[in-house]
Amino acid sequence: MTDTAARMPARPGGTSLLGRLEGKLSWIALGLAGLLLPLLDDSYIGLIAQRACIYWILSAGLNLVVGYAGQIAIGWVSMLTLGAYTTAALTAGNVGAPWHPYLALVASAVIGAVFGVIVGLPALRLRTFYFAMTTLGFATIVTQVALAWKSVTGGGVGTPGPVFPWPFDPGWGFYYFCFLLAAVATWMTANIASSRYGRALIAIRDAEVAAEASGVAKPRLLMMVFLLAGALGGVAGGLFSSLQSYITPDAFTFEMSVLFFIGILIGGRGSILGPALGTIILTVLPEFAAPLVQWSTFLYAALLLLIVLVIPGGIADLLDYRNRRPLEQHREIAPRPELLPRLLGERRRGELLSLKGIELSFGGVRAIAGLDLEIRPGEVHGLIGPNGSGKTTTLNVISGYYAPQKGEVTLGSSVLPPGAPHLRAPHRIARTFQTPRVIGAASVLENVMVGGTIDGQGSFAESLLTLPRHRRDEAHLREAAMLALATVGLESLAAVRADRLQHSELRFVEIARALMLRPACLMLDEPAAGLSAEEIRRLGALIKAVSRAGTAVLLVEHHADLIFDICDRVTVLNLGKILAAGTPAEIRSHREVVSAYLGA
Amino acid sequence: MLQSIVSYGLAVGAVYALIGITYNVMFSASRVFSFTAGMLGMLGGVLGAIFINKWGINAALALLLVLACGALLGIVTEVLTVRPVLKSVEQHLYVLSTLAFALMIQQVVAIEFGTEAYPFPVLIPIDPASIWGAIDQKFWLPVLACAVTIAGLEFLYRKTLIGRAFLAIAEDSYAARALGLPETRLRMASYALAGVIGALAGFTGAQMLLAFFGNQSILNFYGFVPVALGGMGSNRGAVIGGLALGLFQQAANFLVGGIFAAVAVFAVFIVVLLLRPEGLAGAATARRV
Repeated sequence: MTDTAARMPARPGGTSLLGRLEGKLSWIALGLAGLLLPLLDDSYIGLIAQRACIYWILSAGLNLVVGYAGQIAIGWVSMLTLGAYTTAALTAGNVGAPWHPYLALVASAVIGAVFGVIVGLPALRLRTFYFAMTTLGFATIVTQVALAWKSVTGGGVGTPGPVFPWPFDPGWGFYYFCFLLAAVATWMTANIASSRYGRALIAIRDAEVAAEASGVAKPRLLMMVFLLAGALGGVAGGLFSSLQSYITPDAFTFEMSVLFFIGILIGGRGSILGPALGTIILTVLPEFAAPLVQWSTFLYAALLLLIVLVIPGGIADLLDYRNRRPLEQHREIAPRPELLPRLLGERRRGELLSLKGIELSFGGVRAIAGLDLEIRPGEVHGLIGPNGSGKTTTLNVISGYYAPQKGEVTLGSSVLPPGAPHLRAPHRIARTFQTPRVIGAASVLENVMVGGTIDGQGSFAESLLTLPRHRRDEAHLREAAMLALATVGLESLAAVRADRLQHSELRFVEIARALMLRPACLMLDEPAAGLSAEEIRRLGALIKAVSRAGTAVLLVEHHADLIFDICDRVTVLNLGKILAAGTPAEIRSHREVVSAYLGA
Repeated sequence: MLQSIVSYGLAVGAVYALIGITYNVMFSASRVFSFTAGMLGMLGGVLGAIFINKWGINAALALLLVLACGALLGIVTEVLTVRPVLKSVEQHLYVLSTLAFALMIQQVVAIEFGTEAYPFPVLIPIDPASIWGAIDQKFWLPVLACAVTIAGLEFLYRKTLIGRAFLAIAEDSYAARALGLPETRLRMASYALAGVIGALAGFTGAQMLLAFFGNQSILNFYGFVPVALGGMGSNRGAVIGGLALGLFQQAANFLVGGIFAAVAVFAVFIVVLLLRPEGLAGAATARRV
């Protein structure tokens, strides 16, 4: 019985054939329409379709940057400019001997990838607005350089675009080339989006702190995505130069950037189909409104404002009727600790987590003033004390958010690097947060799968092409996540968007995510806050079972009953120092603790 | 050459500094960077040219009108593009809403006023031969405007009750609200003030930068550089950063040519920010967990 329950429907929405098709059906329809378009035999429509495909090739990559990673790259038109000039200048022979057009297109992809990374670099360190500003500044500079570098770009006069020879010669041949590349771009970005990399991107966007705690290395991941988005932008630029047949710097206005951006936003963040439709609509729309051409940028801008203010979720949210179905009203969380051995592994060698002489002050405030602590595997260690006594700060030191000025943290025989939160997951240190940090827009299952990020074997490139290792990773993560959800008692909510859950359920989702790491040390920051008495009792049983499976558990809590019920050891902090330490019975009768904290 | 680098550099630097202050005033009140800062600067020039050249209004009255328009646009910015997205500041929707609004205004200017750069009238009739005409007014006007703005802001923040209320909001808006300060109205007032400063920058700088719709994106970027370098919210940093940027840019202009000057400014901007993301003046990072 346990087995069947743990193998509940794994794909969100994959319960019925219809549910599985509703995503694919739209793609099949879109693909057929694209393939059969030449039957209309209308070259004007063909031209618009080519432009839509080219725009989408760029937007598909940008969508990962904007819609998934949440980086506001408003000047991505610069990649189109770079790609267009690279292909055009190389084939025209402005730089050395003339290149073959197809080869020049490849060069565009490379140039785009390189500059994608360079432009993306600031996103790793800078605040959002700063990054938006640097992409904008870069777009301005590229145009200025194109104007000035006359020998290569032709300056303001411009340079002719290439003509691709057979089999993709001008007309429908070129259209199929664009369509094919657009399809490939869609396929690759969709692969990334549905992989652990895609989930990690959304985690960076919506719950960056939790992403780090799960071991997501933001710089590396973002670099990969900027590389891909830059390369796609470069390819789009190369095709664009052929479509335009003659390119000048005025062809690449900032308005185009706005168009790409709105296409993605109309579509909705965290979706591929939505932005694809959005881009197509925005490309086609002006063709039906010729008198408005002069006002088109104004209308785009107005549309952008409208979307941001009225439907921040975009088309994807409007289409997502599955998540508007009402949830069952009286839900119960029924954890099944008996599944823990299967989730965590049967035979585990526990490791001791120890803090030695930790000192940390913020300015003049000594948050931790010389703290020694040992958390043993197989035990629940309670950390209590009044507000401001340094409990959460201690947790943050262990999980690397704060670097202590003195002292060190060791797990087993290895010293943990201070102040590096994303390096805790490889040591199998997992944690939950005082206010649950979950990705509201992702399903519960996907949230939990984020916790297993570091257990994936496949590389970014393997996910891009859905090679076998990627598929194995996905199957494995999905199975483990379902098991973790069954363990905390939430498997029936696997497919539900996390922001529809109740507060108490989110606490258990966080525990499931933490268990995905098969933690050697699990730290829980006030897990019982906001739970009912019955839920606290079940939580206590679950925590105790986790510790008995060989995990060192550190529990920060205010519920004295829970602490004294399940803890093997308790440490009481006051003003960053240990006030008392010992078994629950000793603490309960400790005079100072009773007067300072517990009350008579 | 040195003289023209210094005079032009300081003048254009003063305009950048004022736009930087515009960013700062809006940021202090709402924790939001608004793309409308450059728009206000652009409109200062364009509206001034319309009022004086087309409608024949005298310069002093035109200045008042331009400042009033700036204040009005500041309030519209706050109501339309900032207030609705303030609840979810961490989603950064304000980047898009303010950008969209600024683009809309820019497009209206491009269509109704034209996409060419128009000359801006001489504001103060001075005999160039006299002692007062030794330095062209297009150079000292922005510097004077910058000095007046700084003095005015110092007075406002230090001596008046409303100025202290502004500071309270900037420091801790929750605590300020708990004290009973009308946060929304103070925010609107801040945006109006920012509108006045931005429009003043554009109006006094327009003899040099011309009345041109394209100034919006230029001022948006070059006005933001001093803020980023000087540390956000710091007006002193913005003024020092702005003047330094103006001088650096003009020196690069003369030494290596215009296009490479733009690349050089951009490169310095990126490198400094990558090395010191909090700006040269420095500021603590916020608590994350």
